[in-house]
Amino acid sequence: MDLESMYQEVILDHYRSPHGKGELDPFDAEVFHVNPTCGDEVTLRVKLSDDADPLVEGLGHVGQGCSISQASASVLFDQVNGQPLSEAMPIVDEFSMLMYSATSDVDIATLDDEKLGDAIAFEGVAKYPARIKCALLSWMAFREAVETAQASKTN
Amino acid sequence: MAEDLALKFKEQFPLLERTVRGGKPLIYLDSGATSQKPTVVLDAERAFYEQHNSAVHRGAHQLAEEATDAYESARATIAGFIGATPGELVFTKNATESLNLVAYAFLNSTLETERGLEVDPRFVLRPGDEIVVTEMEHHANLIPWQELAAKTGATLRWFGLTDDGRLDMSNLNDLINEKTKVVSVVHQSNILGTINPVTDIAKRAHEVGALMVVDACQSVPHIPVDVKALGADFIAWSGHKMYGPMGIGCLWGRTELLKVMPPFITGGSMIKKVTMESSTYADPPQRFEAGVPMAAQAVGLAQAVDFINELGIENLAAHEHELTGYALDKLNVMPGIRIIGPTENVDRGAAISFEVDGVHAHDIGQVLDDAGVAVRVGHHCAAPACQRYGVTATVRASFAGYNTKADVDALVAAIKRAQEFFGVAGDSVEGATDGS
Ligand SMILES: Cc1ncc(COP(=O)(O)O)c(C=O)c1O
Repeated sequence: MDLESMYQEVILDHYRSPHGKGELDPFDAEVFHVNPTCGDEVTLRVKLSDDADPLVEGLGHVGQGCSISQASASVLFDQVNGQPLSEAMPIVDEFSMLMYSATSDVDIATLDDEKLGDAIAFEGVAKYPARIKCALLSWMAFREAVETAQASKTN
Repeated sequence: MAEDLALKFKEQFPLLERTVRGGKPLIYLDSGATSQKPTVVLDAERAFYEQHNSAVHRGAHQLAEEATDAYESARATIAGFIGATPGELVFTKNATESLNLVAYAFLNSTLETERGLEVDPRFVLRPGDEIVVTEMEHHANLIPWQELAAKTGATLRWFGLTDDGRLDMSNLNDLINEKTKVVSVVHQSNILGTINPVTDIAKRAHEVGALMVVDACQSVPHIPVDVKALGADFIAWSGHKMYGPMGIGCLWGRTELLKVMPPFITGGSMIKKVTMESSTYADPPQRFEAGVPMAAQAVGLAQAVDFINELGIENLAAHEHELTGYALDKLNVMPGIRIIGPTENVDRGAAISFEVDGVHAHDIGQVLDDAGVAVRVGHHCAAPACQRYGVTATVRASFAGYNTKADVDALVAAIKRAQEFFGVAGDSVEGATDGS
């Protein structure tokens, strides 16, 4: 491989100036996810609106980690913040599929470029099993945070 | 050992001939995690399976006799390597199991006293008793003691670390005191490279009647270790880091202690007499080796010992020491590099952890990997040491007998490339290293 295909300029840009970084307040749910093999960690907060199809009104992430984990948190913010969950969650699904594209029979051509936006740049990362977790870290945290927020609202 | 000798040594490791990532020669700098295996070790395991394979200590046939013989003579060879006798050497799966075996001897003894059974009081822990470890332990020598403390109500205490990566010995006599029952210390840190003064610590532990355990995972493969000179009561290490197979570890313990320790894993091959109601247990080392043991791995590890002895562990140690000095000299003056651990080549072994300004360890690892340089990144199963030095991850290069100065040069070149790639080279790299 060449490093450039993994560390695409878009990824490095997000890494250098991440979007959505910071402690969101107020918030509905906070989750903490770690990647124990390399010590990447993210604390992610979300705020959802009270609509029937709740909007992601806010998303904030803080943490430490490699360029891939930091950049992917930034891309996550761009793709889902302000979106209704009915649109945001399919994006998370698309991104998971992208990350497992090299190790499963997912055909990249069938993925939705529009949903993925900058996230498509992580295609090269998918070829490195050890880095897939870095890329997915904040996305999985987001998924859990949404579930937690929804559960707390229905209670 | 001169560079050409190291290259000759390296020729005996088939894996080191392979290429990675599209044809790049492999530069293996991850022997701290596991070493590669020479042909003679692979052949020894194969020969065992081809000619003598059968269950050790079971069976009335010739093969069983041969397998038992091979297993027990392997024990003698390996014990000899650390100046011990065969009866003092217990085979386990790895160092992690060896350390757990000792920790569980404390727990099981404590539980047995509570049931009114008679046990050796040295292995009984009560609330108020203390267990001492260090802040640089591998998780394998931390979590078993944390668990033991939690289950018995004993208190876990630890040596702190100095800014230059050494144990803070200033409060030795306070830390190890009349309440201390067991002290467990890593001989050579897998993350910092520090070689600890375990003999001094053992002396203090014995003054107060505590038992001394040494995690020798990173020392036995790299420097001469003689259990009598070391002064410990137990030492634990793994075969796979010393050119031996995976799946075998060792625990050396003083006979007198092994004799009074309850077993950790129970089942077949570790018993004396069994009835439906209760059982009695075999003498050590069999008491601690339940089930069909890893005979082929024992044979492989004994072969690894012979392989080391051929060159001499002193010579290997000297070679690795020189290589470490060479690497430290380069890394110490490299802009943007911060070594986590001793920067001086004194009381330190062949594992060097570092951070690169502005680039996460995982990203450095990726760029190094792209150049064929295999290092480990992360917390190296020593998260508290990382926390102590304010890092979440480091890059670690670790050497063995087959590494050369050319490998160090490749490492340095790959780090420079990573700095350039991530755009952190510009301001600093010129200046200091220019013209060198
Ligand atoms: C210092 C130290 N202790 C303990 C261990 C645990 O060894 P193993 O994983 O082989 O049980 C290691 C190796 O990972 C180590 O470096």
